[in-house]
This record gives sequence, C-alpha cells and structure tokens, in this order.
Amino acid sequence: MNRRHKHSRAIERIIEGSLVVCSLASILILAVIFIFLFYEGVPAFRDISPHEFFLGTVWQVQAVEPAYGILPLLSGSTLVTTGAMVIAVPLSLLCSVYMAEVARPALREITKPFIELLAGIPSVVYGFVALTVLADITYELTGAVHRLNALNGALILAVMVSPTIISISEDAIGSVPREYREAAYALGADRWQTTSKVVFPAALSGIMVSIMLGLGRAIGETMAVLMATGNAPLLTFDILSSVQTMTAVIAIEMGEVTFGSTHFHALFAVGLVLLLITSVVNVTAEIVLQRFRSVRY
Amino acid sequence: MSSRLKEGKENLVERTKIQVKDLSVWFGSTQVLRGVNLDIKENRVTAIMGPSGCGKSTLIRTLNRMNDIIANCRTDGAVLLNGRNILDSTIDVVELRRKVGMVFQKPNPFPKSIYDNVAFGPKIHGMARGRELDELVERSLRDAALWDEVKDRLKMSALSLSGGQQQRLCIARALAVEPEVILMDEPCSALDPAATAKIESLMVSLKKNYTVVVVTHNMQQAARVSDFTAFLYLGEVIEYNDTKVVFNNPSNRLTEDFITGRFG
Amino acid sequence: MTNRELKAKIAFTAIRASALIVVAVACLLILHIVVNGYKIVSWSFILDSPRRGMTAGGIFPAIYGTVCLIVLTLAFALPIGLASAIYFSEYFGSKWSSLVIITRAASNILAGVPSIVYGLLGLGLFVLLTGFGFSLLSSSLTLSFLTLPVIIAASEEALHSVPLAYREAALALGATRWQTVRHAVLPYAIPGMITASILALSRAAGETAPILLTGAAYFLPRLPTSIFDQFMALPFHIFTLSTQSVNPAITRPIQYGTVLVLISLVLGMNLVAIMIRAYYRKRVRALL
Repeated sequence: MNRRHKHSRAIERIIEGSLVVCSLASILILAVIFIFLFYEGVPAFRDISPHEFFLGTVWQVQAVEPAYGILPLLSGSTLVTTGAMVIAVPLSLLCSVYMAEVARPALREITKPFIELLAGIPSVVYGFVALTVLADITYELTGAVHRLNALNGALILAVMVSPTIISISEDAIGSVPREYREAAYALGADRWQTTSKVVFPAALSGIMVSIMLGLGRAIGETMAVLMATGNAPLLTFDILSSVQTMTAVIAIEMGEVTFGSTHFHALFAVGLVLLLITSVVNVTAEIVLQRFRSVRY
Repeated sequence: MSSRLKEGKENLVERTKIQVKDLSVWFGSTQVLRGVNLDIKENRVTAIMGPSGCGKSTLIRTLNRMNDIIANCRTDGAVLLNGRNILDSTIDVVELRRKVGMVFQKPNPFPKSIYDNVAFGPKIHGMARGRELDELVERSLRDAALWDEVKDRLKMSALSLSGGQQQRLCIARALAVEPEVILMDEPCSALDPAATAKIESLMVSLKKNYTVVVVTHNMQQAARVSDFTAFLYLGEVIEYNDTKVVFNNPSNRLTEDFITGRFG
Repeated sequence: MTNRELKAKIAFTAIRASALIVVAVACLLILHIVVNGYKIVSWSFILDSPRRGMTAGGIFPAIYGTVCLIVLTLAFALPIGLASAIYFSEYFGSKWSSLVIITRAASNILAGVPSIVYGLLGLGLFVLLTGFGFSLLSSSLTLSFLTLPVIIAASEEALHSVPLAYREAALALGATRWQTVRHAVLPYAIPGMITASILALSRAAGETAPILLTGAAYFLPRLPTSIFDQFMALPFHIFTLSTQSVNPAITRPIQYGTVLVLISLVLGMNLVAIMIRAYYRKRVRALL
C-alpha cells in the first residue's frame, strides 16, 4: 500500500510538473515576441536616427534617399481606427442593449450565435468585400479622389470589430443582477430610464473592456485595411484620402525586402511600435477587467 | 462486575478522536474562527450548531482540510487526529481525506452509475477490484441503508435517484474508502422530512463503527442525533457539552436564547 | 405623449435600428458571397489545380495547404493549450499559484497581439533564426502561437463550467489533484474543450498575415510533400488573386469561389464544434 502510495505521489508530481512547464509557454511566447521585435527592430536605428523615425513625415523606401518616417503610418492607423470606432461603438452598444434587454429570448438565441459566427469570418474575406464591393459604394457616395481610402477601411473595420464589442458588452449587460432592474421598476422608472440610468452604468466596466478589446483588434487588423485603404503612406487626416497603416506596410513590404537590410529592421521597428500600442490598450482592458471581477465577487 | 463494565464504557467515552486546539481561520482579512477548542470523541455523534455565518461549515471543513482549495484561506492553531496535527504542512492531505470522509450540504453524486459512484474511491486508491470491489460496494450501500432500494439498478445513473437517496449514496461513497471519521456538513438541509429522518437514523447507526461530526443549523436535529453538542457563535465555541446538558441546562445565555428560538 | 415617453420611444427606435443594421449588413455580406461564389464552386473547382496562369482551373492546392496548416497547428497548440488551461483552472492554491496569475495575464496579453506581429516573430524566429525557412512548419508553429491563448481561454471556460461539487466530492474521498481532474472534471469538460479547440483552429484557418510572412506561396506546381516545403493556402490565395495579380477582374469568379470555400470551411468547423457540443450534451442528459 505504502509503495503504491509513493508511486502515485511521484506520478502526481510528474504530472503537475509537466502542466507547469506547459503553462509557462504563454509567458515564454510573450517574452520571445518582445525580445525578437527589439532584437530585429532596434538595429534599424543604426542607420535611421530616432528623430527621423519617430518624427519623419515621409515613408518612402523606394527612393534613392529612402525615408523612414513613421508618422504617415501612424496617421493612417489612427485615421482608420478612429473612423471604425466612431461607427462601431454606438452601433454595437445599441445592438448589445437590444440583445440583452429588448429582444425576446427566442430571438436572442438566434442572434447571439449569428454574431459570434460573424466574428469567425476571416479578415481576408472582409478585405475582399471592401476591395470589390464596398469601395465602389463609398467611392460613388462620397466622390472621393481615391477609390480605396481611409473611410472604406474604417467602414469594413467597423463591421469587423462590431461582433467583438457586441458579444462582450452583451455579456456585461446580461450579467447585471435582475434585482437592480426590479428595484428601478419598483421606484416607477420606465424601461428606458432603467436601461440608461441603472443597467448601463452597472455594466459600464464590462462595456469599457469590450470597447478596449475592439480597439485593440482594430489597431492590429492587417488584411482588411491593407486591401481596403489603398496603401499610400500619406500624412493626412482626410478620411477620403488613401492611407497606409502600420500593419499594412509590414505585410506588403516584408515580401520584397532584403533580410538584414535597414528596411527590414525598420519594418520590425514599426512592428515594435504596433506591439507596444496594442499591449498598452490590452493591458488597460485587462486591468479594468480584473478590477471589475474583484468588485463583483 | 457492573462497575467494571461501566468503567470500560466510560473509558470509551473518554477517548478523544479529534482534538481542536486554539483554531483560528481567516478568509483574506476576515477572521471566521476565533480560537476554537473542541474534543471530538470516538464512536460518538458530535453536533456543531449555530446560526448561519457562525463558522460551523468552516470548522468542519478544516477537519479534512477542504479549506485548502479556497484561495487566501489561512489557519492557525492545531487539529490533532489520533494525536497528530493534521494542519502540519508535512501531512499528506490525500491520506488525511481517506481517513476523514465528508458528506456535503447538497447531494453531489457524480453523473455516473450508482455502482461507479460508490466504487470511485476504492478504485482510485486501488483498494479492491472484481468480486472484492462488488462486495465492498454492496457493504457500503448496506451500511448507508440504501442497498435494498438500489440493488436491482446499480448500473443506472445516480442522478435518477431522489434527493434523499442521492445523499445516502454520497454517504455510501464516503464509507467505501473505509474512513475513521465522517464529517457531515448540513447533510439534510436540501431534503424533505422523510428523507431527513432516514439520514438521521443512519447517523446514529454509523457511530458504531465511525466517529461522526455533523454540522446543523437545526437544533432539533442536534438534539435527536448527537451525543455531544457544540454551540458556535461568531466564530467562537460558546458552549460544548453532553447534548442533554446543552439542551436542558445550558450554561450560557446565548445558547439558551438560541435553543429557545429567540434568534437563529 | 410626454417628454419622457418621447425620449424612450426615440431610444428604443435607435436600439432596434442598430440591431437591424448589424444583422442586415451581416446578411448582405454572406448573401453577396454566396450569390457570386456558388456558380463557380464545383467538384472540379475543389479538386483541380490552377491552370493558365491562375486564370482557370481549381484551388485544390490551396485547400490542401490550409488543411495541412490546421492539422499541424492542432498538433502543436492543443497539448500545450489544454495543459495550460487545466493548470490554470484546477491547480489553484498550489505552491505555484502566483505564477498562475502571471501566466494567465501573459496569455490574455498574447490574445491581443496583432496577427502581423506573430508573423514578424515567425519570420525572425522560425524562418531565419532556426532555419526552418519559408515552410509549412514555420507557418504552423506561428499559427500555433497565435491560437494558443484562444485555446487556453476557451478551455478554461469549459473547465469552469464543471460544478465545484464534483471536485469537492472527489477530493473529500482522498483523490489526488490529478485523479480529481482525470476522473471528476475532464470527462465533463472535454466536449467544451473540443469545441473551444475547433473554434480556435477555425480562426487559424482564416489567418493571412502570419502565413504571408512565413511560407505561403502565390503559386506552386506541386503539392507540399514535407513540412519544410512552401504551400498555398485559401486566405492567401484570395489575397494574391485580388490584389497582386496583373488583372484581378479576370479572376474575380475564382476569387468569389475561393472566398465561398474558405467561409464554408471556417463556418463548417464552427458547425461541427456546435454539433459535437450538442451531441455530448445529449449524452450527458441521457445519463441524467
């Protein structure tokens, strides 16, 4: 009995040990990502001064005197992302209120999986639709100079991030205790007052998290914006102009770059900036989420 | 002769199975138990009663270290089982829980067959197999007064049983690993009166072979089944004595208030 | 109508309209692809190789490549993902628990890292540093990194849905941690974990940016025969045909067909996941 016991204890140790090792993979991968982007990105500054990289207004790598200024890419990403969020946030929040508060349960049973399905459609498909169909529509309606422009990218990105925002904020609204609503109704509040003054504020941190995660997704999205925005690295805040985002420049130019060249390292440096921005957004979301959890339980 | 017999019986009564010494438990910064002292006698039913939130569940869950699975739970003091401190970090909790079985507030059978539920413990401990295991399962079910009701449908899901039957199945499951102590955490709170009566008579019969500790907020139950009763209030043992004494002649005002139904 | 009623009326109209817009856009999107794609999708489209400089023929190599990617990604990510989830969810209060908090946070941050950044990592680490080159191996390793946090998060959720009472019952019978997990938790969490994994893989199947940088090819005359070969893949095929070819308009029908096949594959995997879940739920219910 005793030997058997010792034996099983050893097995128990081995299993727990292997589980610990496996669970370290996440930390390891995260560390490797940061290390690699630094390792490949920092050498860019041997040839490009940080001043030129961070404050340069031109990204022109094919020229005789190549210029590696990140500002046009930053402006492209900012323009597309902001546009997408301006469209997606109100629409998604109203839609999540509909699903959580207004829709009959049977209808919700259909819409929820449907929304989740939408989140599963690959980004290249969204990009394809933006390129072939949506571009014509926006071009016709706005009379923009460029057929592929930031607005086109913002629209398709809005469609892409909406499922994320909707499903997380719907969960947040749905998890507001029923007692809150009953209390409000008992005080004579009507349904809209209950929703806007009681339920929505109670779910606010969850809703914030959904917006942050949607934002993170929008900044980091590559294929859809690449195919939709025209890929001209212009420093502009005109939503009807062609732009190029940080993600798109990496995806496009990495294919034609000489490994180890300044251009190669510059693209990694852009990747590093992108990683830092999305990490800040996601870590903020994570912190809000943790606080949210610790308040609720 | 009669005095010798009486002396022997007295000795038996005096044997302490579990000794709780200055036990304090915190969940985070909240202190749930405050210096609890308790001697639990072998082959007796000891009831721990008190109003809800008094720490009685925490106390009983300390006796088989089930609180270990609760995050940021901290204990201080000692709990001696057969003279050994089970709160010691060198204690093998797996071995401890084999010796100290537990029945929970809500019946929690696995969604497996009746047989597999009872055989679960013996199987993981490699105690028996084949015919031997069949016999062990039957014996456990008989000891839990369930055998006659389920002998023809051992392969059926445990979840097809009624609540009271499920709880007796959980008792049988605990008995099958041949423990020395059985802890019951409000085992009847989810059951109807008829099922409660069955479990109560089972508790009394179990003390022949086991030491039984039962947590209850129902003082009539404590009065009916137990030999000793502890009254717990705000994490402290207010009174601990022979059940008859506690109920007929309580020494503390709070105990008196509780058993006369002035609060609880 | 009072001011208050008017306000409520406007608000609920806006809410209903938003929901309608979202659903309508989604329906239009899918409908558009189906209508334009179904004409070209046939067995020969699925089973043929591209011909005449990609302007005719089928997309078999791309389907084959995507399936290979999924299988390899599964092989790399699943064991580690499930093990992590089990550790995070079931080994609470063990001596490494502060580690759990950090690793779980790391996993959550990983989930938000843009896919193009995974592509950069794959390029630097697998293609260049370890010398796997542009290959199936590099791409599937990159994708397994990307799917890992998804598998972890969803499997953890599946584990959390198993009642605590089962764990307590097993532990109170003197089961060790692993015995508890093995006999009292996993049997009931497995369907949810399978579902989670399929959903994660369906995401991997549609990813373009990471494989763009690590091994996907525009056109290959032969199917990959080893994990060190380059490959064609459905999402990449869509991307290249619609943006990189000389005259994208000529291959538009093929593009729509490929999009339809990719969407069917991805949504089909989702459907399989849902069916598996339903099947196991029914089995558990039969047990009840």
